[in-house]
Amino acid sequence: MSDLPAEVQSWIGKKRHEEAGEFDVERGFILTACSSVENGNAIYWDEDAANEITAGWIAPPTTISTWCRPHYWAPYREGEGLPLRTHFDLKEALGLPEAIMSSDELIFYEPVRPGDRVNQYQILESVSDEKTTRLGTGRFWNIEVHYESLSGDPYVVENIAGFGYVRESS
Amino acid sequence: MSDIRNRLLSDFSVGEDIPPLDYDVSASTVVLGAIATRDCRPMHHDRDFAINRNGVKDIFLNTPNLAHWFERYVTDWTGPKGRPGRMNFAMRGSVFAGDHMTFNGKVNDVSTDESGCGWIGVDITVQVEGATMTSCKARFAVPTSDDDNPWSRKGDAWKP
Repeated sequence: MSDLPAEVQSWIGKKRHEEAGEFDVERGFILTACSSVENGNAIYWDEDAANEITAGWIAPPTTISTWCRPHYWAPYREGEGLPLRTHFDLKEALGLPEAIMSSDELIFYEPVRPGDRVNQYQILESVSDEKTTRLGTGRFWNIEVHYESLSGDPYVVENIAGFGYVRESS
Repeated sequence: MSDIRNRLLSDFSVGEDIPPLDYDVSASTVVLGAIATRDCRPMHHDRDFAINRNGVKDIFLNTPNLAHWFERYVTDWTGPKGRPGRMNFAMRGSVFAGDHMTFNGKVNDVSTDESGCGWIGVDITVQVEGATMTSCKARFAVPTSDDDNPWSRKGDAWKP
């Protein structure tokens, strides 16, 4: 018998928090991303290479979540804009104030391009029983995130494992 | 783009090492990575929060930026026609500001799928002071000939 709260159990397997990114994919941020890891791949910096290899500019596929993260502040929202809201819902519902990501799987389909708007939704796949690690006591969870075009064509499917916990000294 | 080199599928072999990548991670590296991924969570820019709330030693690289490091590490070696298909990484420990991280990788598969797409599988580790912080398995499509381009594959011709 699971000791998971009924509210959390009801989230498992359900499509949640479907929403489009708040801005279009844009080239300035693509270059900021490449700069952050010193990614000199010509398809991100050389227009001739981009035209020849990727039929124009694309964003690095691994940057997909960037295009769905809400603004930290926006006039139409109260409080901080949170990404991956299922993760934060779990922390709150389970009383686990700290959290860390433990693994990430990404499957890449079509790359996104400047001007695209990325839609995403999340599915809570599983929540573990309580575990104790060197960080504290809490639960692991898996959240699948689907990133797709506004017409539903897939960009990336991501499966993120997180660990929410209470520190032993808390 | 005449000086751009792309390795072909026939250039790879199982057991081949990817040249290592060494990098000194500074607070700027971590914060720039957080900015670049629009990640405002404080453990990626606020040392006091990371230490006193998260209970770790410093601010640390965030997950999406780490994924981009893996992409960059592999495509530096394949050339720009290398196209990521799948990536799965497990974070045993974090990479903190002040760490010296080293990427190492090895080819574990060289194959062609039923659509004719060439693939390499790679195992990658990120180590700090000899300890593996993150291990990653990834699959990248690479060209099978000078005329082939994995990025042009769509629909049934793209099976990541």
